Amino acid sequence: MTNEAANTGPAGGGIFSIEGLRVQVEGKPILNGVDLEIRRGETHALMGPNGSGKSTLANVILGHPDYEVTGGAIRCDGHDLLALAPEERARLGVFLAFQYPVAVPGVTVARFLKTACDAVLGEARRLSASAFLARLREEAAFLEMDESFIHRPLNEGFSGGEKKRMEILQMRMLRPAYVVLDETDSGLDIDALKTVARGVTGRTGPDLGLLVITHYERILRYIRPDHLHILIDGRIARSGGPELVRELEDRGYDWVRAAGARAPAEAPA
Amino acid sequence: MKRLDTDSRLVEPYRFGFVTEVETDAFPPGLSEDVIRAISARKGEPDWLLDFRLKAFRAWQRRPEPHWALLDYPAIDYQAIRYYAAPRPRGAGGGAIDPEVERTFERLGVPIAERNALAGVAVDAVFDSVSVATTQRKLLQEHGVIFCSFSEAVREHPDLVRRWLGTVVPPTDNFFASLNSAVFSDGSFCYVPRGVRCPLELSTYFRINAAGTGQFERTLIIAEEGASVSYLEGCTAPMREEHQLHAAVVELVALDDARIKYSTVQNWYPGDAEGRGGVYNFVTKRGRCLGARSSISWTQVEVGSAITWKYPGCVLEGPDSVGEFYSVAFTNARMQADTGTKMIHLGPRTRSTIVSKGISAGASRNTYRGMVRFGPAARQARNHSQCDSLLIGDRCSANTFPVVESAVGTATIEHEATTSRISEDQLFYMRCRGIGEEEARSLIVNGFCREVFRQLPMEFAVEAVKLLEIKMEGSIG
Repeated sequence: MTNEAANTGPAGGGIFSIEGLRVQVEGKPILNGVDLEIRRGETHALMGPNGSGKSTLANVILGHPDYEVTGGAIRCDGHDLLALAPEERARLGVFLAFQYPVAVPGVTVARFLKTACDAVLGEARRLSASAFLARLREEAAFLEMDESFIHRPLNEGFSGGEKKRMEILQMRMLRPAYVVLDETDSGLDIDALKTVARGVTGRTGPDLGLLVITHYERILRYIRPDHLHILIDGRIARSGGPELVRELEDRGYDWVRAAGARAPAEAPA
Repeated sequence: MKRLDTDSRLVEPYRFGFVTEVETDAFPPGLSEDVIRAISARKGEPDWLLDFRLKAFRAWQRRPEPHWALLDYPAIDYQAIRYYAAPRPRGAGGGAIDPEVERTFERLGVPIAERNALAGVAVDAVFDSVSVATTQRKLLQEHGVIFCSFSEAVREHPDLVRRWLGTVVPPTDNFFASLNSAVFSDGSFCYVPRGVRCPLELSTYFRINAAGTGQFERTLIIAEEGASVSYLEGCTAPMREEHQLHAAVVELVALDDARIKYSTVQNWYPGDAEGRGGVYNFVTKRGRCLGARSSISWTQVEVGSAITWKYPGCVLEGPDSVGEFYSVAFTNARMQADTGTKMIHLGPRTRSTIVSKGISAGASRNTYRGMVRFGPAARQARNHSQCDSLLIGDRCSANTFPVVESAVGTATIEHEATTSRISEDQLFYMRCRGIGEEEARSLIVNGFCREVFRQLPMEFAVEAVKLLEIKMEGSIG
């Protein structure tokens, strides 16, 4: 299966949905019934305090083997994502920009991405080696990365900011349908943040569903969410529109926590 | 999620394990002075060469088999081995190659008929104890390059052979070198005259075929002043239940400003998952940088053999001479490799580089053993060593034994060593980009070996990457 081109007409209506997701790590529950629905064309932001389960959610969406799913479902354009291996999820058009991208010594960015693109884009959209390189150079230039990056081993000796740009470069090359940014903004200075945000927003549109996981409101000034969710203790404690960002900024997570204790979380917007 | 380990059931099938049915002229098993005289007589050798053999044999008899390497294997019964086996010539003229032998080399991807010769490469094909063909001879002759079987060199260029044979690896050098010097049956000879850049890659392909037979070939390469040559060797053998012994000697000589690049892809049969069968590979390879500014570079990709015992080295005598050693050693299942290099710095300002990449999977054992020595005259000599080990699974082991000796105060030595595993995080990251687990692992391993593969001539590098990929397929359980 799964060499099906990402980002083309979805069979199931273009929805990425998480339903009642429960996850534990080494027997300890981290997610306690998460519900979230992202349609193509929408941008969602997920915020929450440290330890609320944000990164766990990101990893589970791609199928990290260390996380045990004990209940619920994840569907992507009608496919049961939890039944698939990480590479199959990627080939369906799900992309995770890692919080801590790993280095792969000796494997150049070009070689790595050519292998990835060949695996993900399918026959119809596969590029020849020269067309691929031309596009890679173009995308690197767009993200203000030096061309020499292309021939450097992936993430080896890269600074924090360079690694984050590399994640966005990969996203742009792989043309996914659903993107999860896992704290892509943390550790970036303002210029780098703007460049990264530009790299992402240049791809948003009716074909892309985006989930921005972040600690800080700052990135949401550059990537404007349609919906904001607040994750606390492994549950979506509150969901709302963009106005919720301001409220959160003013009142903090304790306000959400206190409100959550009084009333059960609303259904996502 | 599959574990990163080798399951004995999944060891990759060895693709070169077929047997060629040929009529063979073979000696009965056993080793004695009479056997050595018979080999020499069969080849119509001059007396000086017989003397060389007999001296070596006597040295061998006085010596115990060495056991300092980190290798476990049952005692080798040297009387149970055949020391000579050759396919009988066929056809009307009596001199033609058996078509089965020709087909064998075709099947191995090494065409030996001139009509199919590989572009840019001259091949000497050695089948069991004899060289059966050497291609591209005409073009080489035009440049004055001699490239032929060892036996032919003894007949046609006796002065050259006599002058250099044993000057790099003396017949008394070590147990296996002595054995080889006593019984060697064929091999390749190459002479590049002064100022000539050899116009082709030279290559020898070694094939063991006959059962119960050892292969003892000898290679001698001489690059005169300002000459340069790139030489490749490849090796395979059938799958057999019993172990087969391969004890080769390679000698390289580089005079002033000469350059020799010697590359090996060793893919002898490694035995099965339980360690039955496989080639015992005990090889002595050494180069002498006799001339000023000369250089010798060894590149080896060792992916076969049940036992590998091999330390290609350089003796850097000429001032400003350069020695290099680039190695990838992959072991799987029950394979054991104890391999590395010796860099002996004698001349001033001599330089050497060592890059060793060991990959162990299954229940294999992979050892780097290296020596860097600086003699009293090696002023301002330098060495840089990088030894990295990659472990796949938790039943294998990797060891590093670097030795440095210096008799001079102005030498510079840098040594770096790392041991790592393919991490779950690396695999997950790559899988999240759509790359399947096996391909991801293979990319990681190729990345690990990149520095070494880059040293190989282009076609060989492609082959080496493919070969390692096939070998890697076995390393998932």
